[in-house]
Amino acid sequence: MSRLGNLGARLYRGEVGYDFVGKRKLWYGISILITITAIVGLAVRGLNMGIEFKGGAVFTTPKTSVSVSQAQEYAQEATGHPAIVQKLGNDTLRIQVSELDTAQANQVGKQLAEDMDIPAGKINAELVGPSWGAQIANKAWTGLGVFMFLVVIYLAIAFEWRMAVAALVALIHDITITVGVYALVGFEVTPGTVIGLLTILGYSLYDTVVVFDSLKEGSKDITKQTRWTYGEIANRSINSTLVRSINTTVVALLPVAGLLFIGGGFLGAGMLNDISLSLFVGLAAGAYSSIFIATPLVADLKEREPAMKALKKRVLAKREAAAARGESSEDGDLEHHGEPGDEPHGEATAAGAVVGQRGRGRPSSGRRR
Amino acid sequence: MAAPKKGRKAPGGQGKPGRTLALMLIVMAALVGGMFWSGETTPRLGIDLAGGTTITLKAEAEPGKESAVNETNMNTAVGIIERRVNGLGVSEAEVQTQGKENIIVNIPKGTNSEQAQKQVGTTARLYFRPVLNVLPAGPATPEPSGSPSASPSGEPGDKATDGKDKATAPSSSPTTQGRALTEALKAPSPSPSGAASGQPENAQSPAPAPTPSGAAAGSALEKQFAALNCLDPKARANAGKDAQPGQPTVACGKNSIGGWEKYLLGPAEVDGRDVDDAKGVLDPQRGIWIVQMDFTSAGAKKFAKITGKLSQQPSPMNQFAIVLDGEVVSAPQVNQTLSANAEISGSFDQQSAQDLGNILSYGALPLSFNVETVTTVTPALGGEQLKAGLIAGAIGLALVVIYLVVYYRGLSVVALLSLLVSGILTYSLMSLLGPAIGFALNLPAVCGAIVAIGITADSFIVYFERIRDEIREGRTLRPAVERAWPRARRTILVSDFVSFLAAAVLFVVTVGKVQGFAFTLGLTTLLDVVVVFFFTKPLMTLLARTKFFASGHPWSGLDPKRLGAKPPLRRSRRVSAPVDPKEA
Repeated sequence: MSRLGNLGARLYRGEVGYDFVGKRKLWYGISILITITAIVGLAVRGLNMGIEFKGGAVFTTPKTSVSVSQAQEYAQEATGHPAIVQKLGNDTLRIQVSELDTAQANQVGKQLAEDMDIPAGKINAELVGPSWGAQIANKAWTGLGVFMFLVVIYLAIAFEWRMAVAALVALIHDITITVGVYALVGFEVTPGTVIGLLTILGYSLYDTVVVFDSLKEGSKDITKQTRWTYGEIANRSINSTLVRSINTTVVALLPVAGLLFIGGGFLGAGMLNDISLSLFVGLAAGAYSSIFIATPLVADLKEREPAMKALKKRVLAKREAAAARGESSEDGDLEHHGEPGDEPHGEATAAGAVVGQRGRGRPSSGRRR
Repeated sequence: MAAPKKGRKAPGGQGKPGRTLALMLIVMAALVGGMFWSGETTPRLGIDLAGGTTITLKAEAEPGKESAVNETNMNTAVGIIERRVNGLGVSEAEVQTQGKENIIVNIPKGTNSEQAQKQVGTTARLYFRPVLNVLPAGPATPEPSGSPSASPSGEPGDKATDGKDKATAPSSSPTTQGRALTEALKAPSPSPSGAASGQPENAQSPAPAPTPSGAAAGSALEKQFAALNCLDPKARANAGKDAQPGQPTVACGKNSIGGWEKYLLGPAEVDGRDVDDAKGVLDPQRGIWIVQMDFTSAGAKKFAKITGKLSQQPSPMNQFAIVLDGEVVSAPQVNQTLSANAEISGSFDQQSAQDLGNILSYGALPLSFNVETVTTVTPALGGEQLKAGLIAGAIGLALVVIYLVVYYRGLSVVALLSLLVSGILTYSLMSLLGPAIGFALNLPAVCGAIVAIGITADSFIVYFERIRDEIREGRTLRPAVERAWPRARRTILVSDFVSFLAAAVLFVVTVGKVQGFAFTLGLTTLLDVVVVFFFTKPLMTLLARTKFFASGHPWSGLDPKRLGAKPPLRRSRRVSAPVDPKEA
């Protein structure tokens, strides 16, 4: 762990710098590949809608001594779908299974009667309609639309439109991947899944905004210096928040991973797994996309600005001149692969304080003499 | 916010960290105490975690209308029943059809199942009542409600109307809601709502309401009308609930722009059974959606009578309200006597026109239902599942604790205490709010809370990393703690705002389970900000004064050497000089 602590120090001093922005084509490629896989999975396998959305069949048993968990197993065997089993009153069971039509339901009813040792015909099989009315689903989508709209406006005001665009792209990326994984694994989509998706949406944006905040701070007064291009500043911002990103992701993922792997290990598939899978995939994708997709994308968009192009020219010209004079543009100690993004900064100032101002109009240099 | 001259005097609870902490602890104690005092020591759990009651309703077709028990009508009924049982907050009742003629309603434990039975078991009624008065939604100041003051209001029923001093005449907004017309189409009068018109159109007070049931009842109703606050969902649901058709009543309704208004209504003149048929259709001439109504012959007579009377009245008494389940769905103005058929036009889209048509043709619930059975159900999520989930979650949390301790060492005390405080606050608020707003904790909400652990932890991780950055600059701990705060604070607020925005939008727009989830998310986000500002930060300030932390003990998590601070290190524990912002 102390290694991570040291990593923090080295990142901070700019000794270590991973070139996130420079290798952006690679990240884009990886993401596009995963996204395409997800979309193909979605198209081929489709989503497996649960009883709350599609309806299904409900079986009501007479008095029986069969336990809830046993009935669950029987139903799962007979139908291939996870079943919701509840005790009604004292000792009758209500077994709900999704995606069955009348003929199938009768078949399953016979099978269940056999399994549970109940006289055939005593199990009452009926079709149920979706309980999660179209109304609720529609309202959820409406809410989503309104939220997206507002968040884009907010980000455009608090940061700038490029960041709003990048955050949205990252968000769509996360949701697509999560939904795709769902389709591939074949878990049932329940209201819990939908809510899991909404949670991811909030978290994905949240995480992106934390990184953007540091980027905004780092790129203040960027045109007043000729040391870094925008892309390099963006890279430094990612690096300076890297330790925070790693720690937060670990802390957010651990409980969910516990639910998914340990809980799943205890029980096999179940409602808990449905939700924890979507959360696990979504949180991981959300953390990934804020570093590898959103920020490089902002840098990409930003570098197209005339002002930034001019800056890049100035920076490169200055470096060339320095190189021609036979000295590094920096204070020496150039190290490892010499990508522009990880040239060490002479003074170990925070990425946020690379340039001029810091915070609320305080001077940047932190050294007190 | 003025730029702080000295780090320690910056706003945000730095001045008196001890006092802020004490306050926080008092609030916590109060909440926990309130929890035990009220006996609500656990959050209410949803159906999936705790089970509840299931009510089976059987559809009864009226004689001669057997075909009415069909899929469309059953689904309409499900929608209406769902609205009714979930009308009082986020109670998460589930409604679904079962078989051809049953509807099952699942209600979580702790909900008043008798009340719920009443709500689902009664067939909703539809009445046409003359409008006696319309006011914006808030409760009025105690002045005779018969004479609303003529001061201009922003928008009738505008959410901003807090009802303190806005007993204003509605600026004839109902004209925008829809107008009942026959063949003669009148151009709708322009709606001044929201416009900067200085005067409402009808500044004259309406005549006192003619109440047939004697003055006493009338004045009681007047009082009720004045006090009614349609912005409050509870009051809204109860406003016109137990109204007798022969008696005047009060009710709430939405106007065309979606704001709430309150209505004082006369006795019902026509009811849902008088409507023979109604449907939402597209008017080919105007290209808008309208609802056409055909009355039965008896209904047509009554309708002609009431519209003849109403068309002579000044606004707002020239309207009749279509009241469904005690709520005004539409209040068109009447300009002339109408009879066998009428149409309602307004700001309908296809869906709302067809819905209203449906509602009108069936007197709301398309069918009447009898309660067949009421039994308890066990949780949908098996007990083993829940236990395993809790164990797994606990293991996950333990891993989080271990990770934080290993990485942050001494600082992890702050982290873990912050998480604990968050946990206690969340738990006690959820317990207290269960009965207050019908909040029930279900599995998705639990998962939302688990993710909230990450968001809460993130706040102090951001802060800690900032502090460490400052120490790497060569600062001693106390100035580092203060200087790191403003920047960390901004990051925390900006990112939490996004989370809160998501929660707020979803809470306002959605219903049922999603709303419950949005509530959890919003609550945890708010608490995150509260805990960081009033607990983590002051605690950090206090700890910075201790020798263990300030001297950068290797186990404090703030050892300058380990953090790779630049020399020269200031090892002395002399009180740090205030950070001098005016550095050369």
